[in-house]
Amino acid sequence: MATQHSRSAARMMMAPAVILLLGWMLVPLIMTLYFSFKKYLPLRGGDLGWAGFDNYVRFVTSSAFWPSVQATLVIVGGTLLITVVFGVLLGILLNQPMWGQGVVRILVIAPFFVMPTVSALVWKNMFMDPVNGLFAHLWKFFGAQPVEWLSDASMFSIITIVSWQWLPFATLILLTAIQSLDGEQLEASEMDGAPVLKRFYYIILPHLSRAITIVILIETIFLLSIFAEIFVTTGGAFGSRTLTYLIFQRVLESQNVGLGSAGGVYAIILANIVAIFLMRIVGKNLDA
Amino acid sequence: MGQIQLNQVTKSFGDVNVIPPLDLTIHEGEFTVFVGPSGCGKSTLLRLIAGLEDITSGQIDIDGQDATNLPPAKRGLAMVFQSYALYPHMSVRKNIAFPMKMAGMDEAEQTRRIDAAAKALNLTDYLDRRPGQLSGGQRQRVAIGRAIVREPSAFLFDEPLSNLDAALRVGMRLEISEMHKRLKTTMIYVTHDQVEAMTMADKIVVLQAGVIEQVGSPLELYREPRNKFVAGFIGSPKMNLIEGSEAAKHNAHTIGIRPEHLDVSTTEGQWQGTVGVAEHLGSDTFIHIHGIEGCDPLTVRAGGEVAVKHGDTVYLTPQMQHLHKFGADGLRIS
Repeated sequence: MATQHSRSAARMMMAPAVILLLGWMLVPLIMTLYFSFKKYLPLRGGDLGWAGFDNYVRFVTSSAFWPSVQATLVIVGGTLLITVVFGVLLGILLNQPMWGQGVVRILVIAPFFVMPTVSALVWKNMFMDPVNGLFAHLWKFFGAQPVEWLSDASMFSIITIVSWQWLPFATLILLTAIQSLDGEQLEASEMDGAPVLKRFYYIILPHLSRAITIVILIETIFLLSIFAEIFVTTGGAFGSRTLTYLIFQRVLESQNVGLGSAGGVYAIILANIVAIFLMRIVGKNLDA
Repeated sequence: MGQIQLNQVTKSFGDVNVIPPLDLTIHEGEFTVFVGPSGCGKSTLLRLIAGLEDITSGQIDIDGQDATNLPPAKRGLAMVFQSYALYPHMSVRKNIAFPMKMAGMDEAEQTRRIDAAAKALNLTDYLDRRPGQLSGGQRQRVAIGRAIVREPSAFLFDEPLSNLDAALRVGMRLEISEMHKRLKTTMIYVTHDQVEAMTMADKIVVLQAGVIEQVGSPLELYREPRNKFVAGFIGSPKMNLIEGSEAAKHNAHTIGIRPEHLDVSTTEGQWQGTVGVAEHLGSDTFIHIHGIEGCDPLTVRAGGEVAVKHGDTVYLTPQMQHLHKFGADGLRIS
């Protein structure tokens, strides 16, 4: 089928989609780069001409920059750790034959269908509210002072909310991976004298390594740009300001498009550093 | 070491009774083959012995000790699975070492046993490869190697050759038989292929629907099948079973005659029929003959150079000393 003619026809057919996707990516990227070299203040005079590297220097030297990078990495790392560990455990649990398996699986997956804004609101008002939240009632029931989750333990709270959202995704992928494990391998290891924990460590975990890699890569991509959960809960206060949130504040709250755009370029660089790092650590699992 | 005894063992999955009460003794050093059509419970029986399934009632003794409730690892048995069940992320060396590592054996002894097994199984050059990089036959050998190094009191094989191509199967059959002669360990081998059963076994156990139809040496089963099922199952091509008036002449409900115990002639004989398909194998010719009452087609094994064509008329004479008679209940009349 792959004649010269059919190949060029295929290229023609694909061209519109490729051009659209390329434009979709390139136009915002180039505009961000363009604005990052401008002094552009929409409410204070608009376009005030070229700024050189001023925006870049100002963004990095701002006292908020390094804490925001740190907050981003803590949220991504914490969520990854929680979702992978509990995803593996939940996957194994859901793989056991039990009554009502189908319903339980759907329930476990349900949080993934809830919009980030909504789930953050639910957590903020129904669980973590220091007066009316469920946790507050629980603490009071045991005679303890209710914790002000979002101000006293803001990072922990946000990681909890985000993990709750992403756990179903990890569980789903890891569950299907567990289901693809050959039962005879487990039986063979049982005959070979491996007790339950060693079977997990030597047989199940290596089998899951590829699925875990995929979960880590995909979640990282999405978690680096996490926004709604922070916007709804802490509004970037109490040390929970991530790089994404800092950019949002520079552009919309300070009305400084140029500065925000420079931050956007830094965010692209950070994402790439993290991506390269991850690919080197876990990417080799995908080769085999 | 290696005597296995089953007393009144039963197995049910829910309401389905897979194995009705069953007694069987496997003596030390014996090569026992469980054979039967698919779904006859032979693999289940093997898994009961291995401990991978719990028995519903009864008792399993291994070396005179009650092993009914022992976990698989404590029974001292090694199993080779149909899919080989190698650990894909470990090298061949680590695969073979795994049971010893689990037992906490010291490194030097592990290395010694791995090298010995690799040498015996021609795996020395492949020890650092992954199972995915090996051919089917080599994977099979790794699985056997993993079983050997444990020095078990008995080996269990669950249809180990069914994933190999025909030529390799014959080779591995010989290797396993050779291994049994060398190790003199008890082996239990499950297969649906009666040729494997006949060629390898010291003792064949023929199963149907969880019931033992007959136990005996290959030639006992060939010479004196206890019933029609065993008669039809053991031997290739299958025994011809003839019912009706021909059988009545011999005071039986059914008579059986093996294809190799029929004399073919183009001029005279007891039964007359027409040639259907003739399968020429070179050494033998299997002729399918139509038109004989009570059995259609009848299979005859003739010499390799028999010149018969489709549609020819031939005459057959059974060798009376090899005629098997069965009653209406299917059991042998002697």
